[in-house]
Amino acid sequence: MANLASDFVGIKSPNPFWLASAPPTDKEYNVRRAFEAGWGGVVWKTLGAEGPPIVNVNGPRYGAIYGADRRLLGLNNIELITDRELQQNLKEIKAVKRDYPDRAVVVSIMVPCEEEAWKAILPAVEETGADGVELNFGCPHGMAERGMGSAVGQVPEYIEMVTRWVKQYSRLPCIVKLTPNVTSILPPAMAAARGGADAVSLINTVKSITNVDLDHFSPFPMIDGKGSHGGYCGPAVKPIALNMVAEIARQEETRGLPISGIGGVTTWRDAAEFMALGAGNVQVCTAAMTYGFKIVQEMISGLSQYLDEKDMEMSDLIGRAVPNFVEWQHLNLNHVTKAVIDQDACIQCGRCYAACEDTSHQAIAMSDDRVFTVKEEECVACNLCVDVCPVEDCITMRTLEAGEMDLRTGLRVSAEHGDWTTHPNNPAARQAAE
Amino acid sequence: MTNTPLSAGIVAGRLAPAELQQNFADLHPPLDDHEALVAADRCYFCHDAPCITACPTDIDIPLFIRQIATGTPEAAAKTIFDQNILGGMCARVCPTETLCEEACVREIAEGKPVEIGQLQRYATDRLMTRGEHPFSRANPTGKRVAVVGAGPAGLACAHRLAMKGHDVVIFDARAKPGGLNEFGIAAYKSVDGFAEQEVDWLLKIGGITVETGKALGNGLTLEGLSGEYDAVFLGIGLGGVNALGLEGEDRDGVEDAVSFIADLRQASDLAALPVGRDVVVIGGGMTAVDAAVQSKLLGALNVSLVYRRGRDRMNASAYEQDLAASKGVRIITNARPVAVHGNGAVREVEFEYVTDDQKPTGEGFRLPADQLFKAIGQTLEGEALPELEGRKIRVTGAGRTSLPNVWAGGDCAAGGDDLTVTAVAEGRDAAEDIHAGLMG
Ligand SMILES: Cc1cc2nc3c(=O)[nH]c(=O)nc-3n(C[C@H](O)[C@H](O)[C@H](O)COP(=O)(O)OP(=O)(O)OC[C@H]3O[C@@H](n4cnc5c(N)ncnc54)[C@H](O)[C@@H]3O)c2cc1C
Ligand SMILES: Cc1cc2nc3c(=O)[nH]c(=O)nc-3n(C[C@H](O)[C@H](O)[C@H](O)COP(=O)(O)O)c2cc1C
Ligand code: SF4
Repeated sequence: MANLASDFVGIKSPNPFWLASAPPTDKEYNVRRAFEAGWGGVVWKTLGAEGPPIVNVNGPRYGAIYGADRRLLGLNNIELITDRELQQNLKEIKAVKRDYPDRAVVVSIMVPCEEEAWKAILPAVEETGADGVELNFGCPHGMAERGMGSAVGQVPEYIEMVTRWVKQYSRLPCIVKLTPNVTSILPPAMAAARGGADAVSLINTVKSITNVDLDHFSPFPMIDGKGSHGGYCGPAVKPIALNMVAEIARQEETRGLPISGIGGVTTWRDAAEFMALGAGNVQVCTAAMTYGFKIVQEMISGLSQYLDEKDMEMSDLIGRAVPNFVEWQHLNLNHVTKAVIDQDACIQCGRCYAACEDTSHQAIAMSDDRVFTVKEEECVACNLCVDVCPVEDCITMRTLEAGEMDLRTGLRVSAEHGDWTTHPNNPAARQAAE
Repeated sequence: MTNTPLSAGIVAGRLAPAELQQNFADLHPPLDDHEALVAADRCYFCHDAPCITACPTDIDIPLFIRQIATGTPEAAAKTIFDQNILGGMCARVCPTETLCEEACVREIAEGKPVEIGQLQRYATDRLMTRGEHPFSRANPTGKRVAVVGAGPAGLACAHRLAMKGHDVVIFDARAKPGGLNEFGIAAYKSVDGFAEQEVDWLLKIGGITVETGKALGNGLTLEGLSGEYDAVFLGIGLGGVNALGLEGEDRDGVEDAVSFIADLRQASDLAALPVGRDVVVIGGGMTAVDAAVQSKLLGALNVSLVYRRGRDRMNASAYEQDLAASKGVRIITNARPVAVHGNGAVREVEFEYVTDDQKPTGEGFRLPADQLFKAIGQTLEGEALPELEGRKIRVTGAGRTSLPNVWAGGDCAAGGDDLTVTAVAEGRDAAEDIHAGLMG
């Protein structure tokens, strides 16, 4: 069995699977059960400043997007940070950390953007024995209106300022949790790095409305006839999260900044993908909320089997795909593929035909007896047919050998790499050549 | 000349080899990758799942199905084998319709459970065909345990003990290990010598010696074994067969269903195996169904299964009954045999209809028969065994018998259903108890 022990900015945990700051980590009872189920660490549900806690709505908090068979693909929520007393939370954090010294316990914090507020809370958190703090600059609803959460996360100067305070008033590793509700994730990440953050974690939830009640004409979740935008998470946000993680991992300005990957992690495979794109570990919320704490067992067995089969250490995986994440203009235009339909696997539904004929390149032929074949002379290799085919591996993309004729262009496939930067149609390339 | 289903008497070669081969092929062909993914996708990953509770070995079914869904059937197999080292055979022979699949919440939702048995087979086949054994032994303890009986109970017990570092010797009366996996289970449930392969694979754990042709009561005594070994586990199954107690029972053509099935399972050429033209099977359990179905598949013209109570009281599940019917077996219920007629060999069996509480109705019938199979239950055989409860060995806790250092499990022990999976559970649990006792 592969060694999954993780060391993320000095915070050790028996595996790289942490529960993200959210309801699963809102109290001692949950966190103890999570640790018993095998989670490597938790980021405690975000704490607010001393004083009367915030309140949550008393109606529904979630909206949901389903796939076939009511599989939960996306969840949106209008929950705020913890609605329990600060001292109660601190007491519980201390008790849990004492009983589970080998697990990571990181405390998420969101207090007003004032130095005094941070100065006050940090020693109290440190006193619990927690392993680190995570600054919640991500919550897109409720807290932002109060000048916290994503209101801070969208202004790089604030991120830098607050991170600096945290590093000044605490010796704990500091993870800055970023909001995806920005046009580029780089300025916030750079600001965190400038402020001295040990790591960033991302993504928090994406501003969203999941659906509208068509009888009451209100966004959902509907509270007494009205709805508010919420934060979107779950499998649906994974692509957004992966891209943001990868941007931070590859861009020169932020390269090397440790990343805790969050957003739609549901299986070991999702986790491995985040890690390959540069995440040192992952955090999970929606998957645990959908299936319970036990899913971590599949993540552990799956990642470990994968590493064993690849004969890799976890450190070999982390960031392994980053060098292959390039700008479009560097993709090899001489790499030619064609769709191939496996007639034995084909169940003759015709979805590939509809997709290609109606919306793409008319490159699939359909016979009277429902045999579907690819017309190589038309196929641009978009792979839409692969994506809409209900049978996995029924349609695959065949790579043409160098020297082979591409029937569509009538040109032989070149063995050389040739991308847009040198392509004759590129005005910039033409100029350079002149 | 060649025989056909119409040929009179008990003869071989009623069907052409190709037809026989087709008849005895895998009852449920294994799922391919696509089918497995579709089937796995239906699992809801229930909390404290009812299917786990319904499995006598408590396999973590939602977890293994999720492992299949996420592309790691090998990890799924490990999850299965952690609880049930004969998970491969159980995937083939468990009456899932009355166990895990009956409890599946999708049975409630749509009347169509997740195909747990088939998914279990998909996962276990994947790991077993790699030839890898996923467990290793703990440090040697120096303790030695004798296991009597190499059926599912004995094998499961031996494997768990070997894993814990004990040295195990399995004694079995037969020439081949496997118990009813090898000699009893219907041929179309365990094709291509799976039972034998599974035993070989199980033994790869190491630390287990199998001594065949050694029987308690024939060379071995319980007293001797208890003296020589630190503990003894009895998994001897039920070697005897109940008699009908009928006049004419000794006529030619009257046979035990279990010996017929054992011969069938060991036959290298099914075309050489004789079977009657008119076959009558008496009984209502799996053995009766298997004898009836396999007679039909061998080419018997008429096969009737006669049971003395109603269908709902049959030990064979509704699924098994339907299987028999679909193969052309006629099931007659509420009828009791009264005489076996014939002249040297059986010619006819006479029955009378009885009420649900077994009162004669005065109505009766005769069935032509050139072969009559008795399948009315097996019995424990042996002398100087631990104390009995009813007709089986009395056990308390995890298989403890009345004798110190002697445990028992599987069909020979009282309590639990007579199923492969129950035998595995009892063997495994006894091993844990033996281990605790030896190390305590
Ligand atoms: C025809 C038939 C079909 C069945 N079909 C199914 C099915 O589809 N699904 C299912 O779940 N269950 C089925 N069963 C039941 C299942 O096979 C048994 O419950 C299971 O095999 C019991 O396991 P065991 O280890 O207790 O005994 P067995 O499998 O009977 O093994 C006992 C072993 O002990 C050996 N032995 C016996 N006496 C001695 C002795 N004195 N000394 C040394 N060795 C001895 C025997 O040779 C044998 O190898 C079927 C049973 C029969 C008879
Ligand atoms: C109900 C709910 C409450 C959440 N509360 C917090 C919070 O208090 N602090 C925080 O940093 N993130 C919070 N999040 C965001 C999650 O920690 C996580 O970043 C997000 O859900 C994306 O991960 P996922 O796709 O695994 O759910 C919350 C998410 C949900 C669903
Ligand atoms: S999950 Fe359901 S039962 Fe539990 S608090 Fe929410 S609404 Fe109530």
